[in-house]
Amino acid sequence: MASTVALPVRGMRLVARAPILSNPLNLVALALIAMLAACALLAQVLAPYDPLALDLAVRLKPPSPEHWLGTDSLGRDIASRILYGARISLVIGVVVVGSAGVFGTFVGLIAGYAGGLVDEALMRLTEVFLAFPALILAMAIAGALGPSLTNAIIAIAAVTWAVYARLTRGQILSLRRREFVEAARAMGASRMRIILRHLLPNALAPLMVQASFDMGSSIIAAAGLSFIGFGAQPPTPEWGVMISEGRNFINTQPWLSLFPGLAILLAVGSFNLLGDGLRDAFDPRLSRAD
Amino acid sequence: MRFLGFLTRRIVGIAAVMIGVSIITFAISHVIPADPVAAALGDHATDQQIAAFRADYRLDRPLPEQYLTYVVGLAHGDLGRSIRTRRPVSDDLFDSFPATIELSLAALLVAIVVGIPAGVWSAVFRGRLPDHLVRLLSLIGGSVPVFWLGLIVIGVFYYQLGWLPGGARIDNFVAPPPTRTGLYVVDSLLAGDLEALRSSLLHLVLPALTLGYFSTAVIARMTRSSMLEVLGQDYMRTARAKGLQERLVVLRHGLRNALIPTVTILGLTFGSLLSGAVLTETIFSWPGLGRYATAAAIALDFPAVLGVTLLAAIVYPLANLVVDIAYFWLDPRTQRG
Repeated sequence: MASTVALPVRGMRLVARAPILSNPLNLVALALIAMLAACALLAQVLAPYDPLALDLAVRLKPPSPEHWLGTDSLGRDIASRILYGARISLVIGVVVVGSAGVFGTFVGLIAGYAGGLVDEALMRLTEVFLAFPALILAMAIAGALGPSLTNAIIAIAAVTWAVYARLTRGQILSLRRREFVEAARAMGASRMRIILRHLLPNALAPLMVQASFDMGSSIIAAAGLSFIGFGAQPPTPEWGVMISEGRNFINTQPWLSLFPGLAILLAVGSFNLLGDGLRDAFDPRLSRAD
Repeated sequence: MRFLGFLTRRIVGIAAVMIGVSIITFAISHVIPADPVAAALGDHATDQQIAAFRADYRLDRPLPEQYLTYVVGLAHGDLGRSIRTRRPVSDDLFDSFPATIELSLAALLVAIVVGIPAGVWSAVFRGRLPDHLVRLLSLIGGSVPVFWLGLIVIGVFYYQLGWLPGGARIDNFVAPPPTRTGLYVVDSLLAGDLEALRSSLLHLVLPALTLGYFSTAVIARMTRSSMLEVLGQDYMRTARAKGLQERLVVLRHGLRNALIPTVTILGLTFGSLLSGAVLTETIFSWPGLGRYATAAAIALDFPAVLGVTLLAAIVYPLANLVVDIAYFWLDPRTQRG
């Protein structure tokens, strides 16, 4: 009857009851993220033009009522491309954080719960991945697999998972000797049940904070890889590709690079702001210091 | 003795990590769908040329043998020969690494000189305009793509205002100083060449500010939060109560104690600067490790990619080791523990 273990699942409560919405900055962050998600979902409806449609008659036009953010060197509407780019960036963030988060958490759970040699081996492997300069490893992977958005996502996920493994392991180590876990074990709860029902929910708070920051950093990393040619390829309306395409026009038509960069700044800033807010909400000690 | 034990453990740990790094990078660059031979020789190479190339780079040997050869070479300081430049990788790295070190150190200097005072200022004026301003600028610093920021500052300060150079390490018409350290600013000083010093310093400003912004934001945030913690301590109240000037209270009693966590992240920051340097160097045509790595990865030049990755991967734990050693001497508690 392990399911009747009366001790609370503190982590889930912590997550559910944390004063996330009482901080106005969190509300701003959530509103910005909601706006970004709306742009991504409704790009087809919101975008005034086809993001790939060429119109050489209007090439390199500055912002105007017809083209709010101007046009690029092939006459494509920059606002429409940025709206579609939001979809790509959000997908990158979700896929990277989802896959790296799940894999890293799984590794951390095993290492933390099993202990001994398994822990030692998995943590050494994690350390190796943490020692890599992320962008250089991502470049090596993306270069080896061939430049594409999918390969860039694989490369970024490959350098991101290790943080989750280390975080989860640390949480598990501090939790596994706690009374509520001992109680569950004494009542005959299976290993899997203890991990999934008692350990994992309690480790969630720092993982959610990390995920929020990683949404932002993976969007920047993917844009960076695309910028140097290892990620999305033209004519994909990806923000890094757009900045790269505007590079030679920075003196004469700065809007080509300016607006996609601002879009990245806004998107990443929103996730970083949310990460800050979540950290403060989950850790009252930090919020006092703030 | 305790220090020696600590140092030995750390060095063994770093060596183990480096073996892991070399295995993974080797696996990535050898078990790949892309063909480095085609990338190096082009599509029109004859079978004979391809076979000769494969034999030359030992690509015709089994993978474990290739790895062993590589590791034995490493032990002798031999990182192999670059497919792209046809030079020993160690020579290429020796040429390009100082440029990256110079840029990263300059960026770190920016981060320390701007980030620490900004953090203190923010903490002292907590909840007021300076605090909001520093927090906003820190949030932007942590969210801005470095390659975009580089483009924008080039557009403004080079193209529009014409105040600063927009790329390279030194003006075309100025002879680089004789190489001693490879850092142009230091070498110019050592040679007493003021023209080279002026030119190399001016060329350093925009890339260092661009690369350093992220680290400045990290350091400002860290200094702010540790200052806030320190400012609430009893000994600060005591210092004020005995009539010490507020400036002295903040700087002598507050900052000195608040700096310890900041020192810790300096090592981590230096490691992250190397990753940022890849993109910054691309934007500013800075002939460093980042540009070399990008060119190598595009050309599937795996000996070069391996060399860069190993070098970059060792800098991070080494920077942290230096910080730990500093800590060991600075904080007596770690010596007991």
